[in-house]
Amino acid sequence: MATVDLRDVRKVYPGGVEAVKGVSIAIPDKALCVLVGPSGCGKSTLLRMIAGLETISAGSVSIDGRVVNAIGPAERDIAMVFQNYALYPHMKVYDNMAYGLRNRGKAKDEIDRRVRETAEILELGHLLERRPRELSGGQRQRVAMGRAIVRNPKVFLFDEPLSNLDAKLRGQMRVEIKNLQRSLGVTSVYVTHDQLEAMTLADVLVVMNAGQVEQLGNPLDIYEKPASTFVASFIGAPPMNLLKLTRGSNEFAFANGAHVAVAAPAGAAILGFRPEDAEAVPGDQAPQAGLALPAVVEAVEPVGSESFLYCSAAGSRIIVRVPGRATATPGDKLRIGAKSEKLHWFDEAGKRVG
Amino acid sequence: MIGSSPLRRVIAHLLLVVGILIVVFPIYYTFVASTHSLQTILRPPLPLLPGDRFIENYSTALFGGVGRIGGVPVSTLLINTTVMALGIAIGKIVISILSAYAIVFFRFPLRMTFFWLIFITLMLPVEVRILPTYKVMVDLGLIDTYAGLIVPIIASATATLLFRQFFLTIPGELVEAARVDGAGPFRFFKDILLPLSRTNIAALFVILFIYGWTQYLWPLLVTNRNDMNTIVIALRKMISFADADTEWHLVMVTSMLAIVPPIVVVLLMQRWFVKGLVETEK
Repeated sequence: MATVDLRDVRKVYPGGVEAVKGVSIAIPDKALCVLVGPSGCGKSTLLRMIAGLETISAGSVSIDGRVVNAIGPAERDIAMVFQNYALYPHMKVYDNMAYGLRNRGKAKDEIDRRVRETAEILELGHLLERRPRELSGGQRQRVAMGRAIVRNPKVFLFDEPLSNLDAKLRGQMRVEIKNLQRSLGVTSVYVTHDQLEAMTLADVLVVMNAGQVEQLGNPLDIYEKPASTFVASFIGAPPMNLLKLTRGSNEFAFANGAHVAVAAPAGAAILGFRPEDAEAVPGDQAPQAGLALPAVVEAVEPVGSESFLYCSAAGSRIIVRVPGRATATPGDKLRIGAKSEKLHWFDEAGKRVG
Repeated sequence: MIGSSPLRRVIAHLLLVVGILIVVFPIYYTFVASTHSLQTILRPPLPLLPGDRFIENYSTALFGGVGRIGGVPVSTLLINTTVMALGIAIGKIVISILSAYAIVFFRFPLRMTFFWLIFITLMLPVEVRILPTYKVMVDLGLIDTYAGLIVPIIASATATLLFRQFFLTIPGELVEAARVDGAGPFRFFKDILLPLSRTNIAALFVILFIYGWTQYLWPLLVTNRNDMNTIVIALRKMISFADADTEWHLVMVTSMLAIVPPIVVVLLMQRWFVKGLVETEK
């Protein structure tokens, strides 16, 4: 129904703090764009600028081809789901959902029809006469979604909507949001600091850091080819192993003097590989992979379906994922390997090389 | 409970009963005196049981007019005082909720200056500004009017601060949700802020009504005509230095009548207090 176009958007707060430093994102129609990043990276500020709750210092925000910089939040035809739901505590669920429609002067029977339809979709029908304090966290979350859906806006904005729910409910709601967004076909912007949410929900994933876009694209592309060490350590859990290297002649020497014979692209200074791409073999054997680092197991974290070995190697902490139950115990000597095509290389500044 | 043993409970209840007696007895005695004739009151000891002149005394006071206050019936006084107390309570609430709304939710130049201006008036007792205020009232021709009784004491720094503190606890997200929902400043105030402030308003109303009801100095200055007096002023006027000049039975009736409206207000509003305590809406 609408595209969202950000062009070189900046936010400078009074006092000179620059929260968003020139962000350009083009969100196609019907896409779900996730802004992810650590707290203070400017992702929420950016969302609030799209919503019209923050002024835009420079650049332009367009919704459906119309520049909305100077337009108030009510006229932008957006709906927002807040982190703490922001339900009106004195109103029944029905009125919470109907409020925005009433303010837009819709006819009573139309409001009633739309509220009931939306309640049907979200399975809120039996809760319409309740007040927010009589609902559980998950139900409140649904009402907050309902309040957004009922308006049938051009764009949905989600501001960390699942962060107040427990883990199980979060997983459920994540799937539900994705399905709803897809079936309603409404362009959405979703802010989260949770990389799992980001990976699973996004059509377009935007990784932000310090007010700038670090990487933008398809989530799996970003996972497979992180553009920087920041993205590499932020996307994926546990994070990518990153090892600082000092350049030898035809091989890399680690800071502690260990040597690895691996063909590295020019300019590479940091080696990265994901825990799930690594393999661990007993110390006296050689791994088949292109990399073979001697390491000592420090801790073992069994998760059930898999286990994580926390090892120290070449003066760094390395995490290795092994399927099922781990046979290694703390103190064991291992060799850690990774296939050469699974290695990521970054330069001194942390930018991807090759 | 404080104690589990029966003895402790007996002592606790005894203390409570004594406390209640100390508070209630003077009121009961006033009521007893209001049902006897002047002669009975003046001839001690006063009986401890109500007399037979309840209807006579109360109807005389309410509708007949009392000599020492210019033949004005107490019903007129009650109406005057009710109008004044309601005017002060409602006026103070309206003005302070609006100013708190402006100070908390709007960004305008000199916002904090205005806030501090309101704040420092807290340190200025009514007595300090009473002469200039009186002069203003005379110049405006508001002596002996309800407006003259109410308007000068209608501004309230305390209530403004109270509402301000409450408004500050309203989460920013709620304000933003309302903005996204297309509620302008007036709608937000009417649909969200007012309903959320209900219990605060109820509590303030009780306090301010009683404050208005018991005003003494200002009504004394600003009313000259007997039929504009408030009940507290009239009560004072009814008492003469010579016992024989004072119609004690009517004084007692007036005293009883003077405490009824505040009690009614407290009783009616009590429900709201409890409600406000039970539901923590935010």
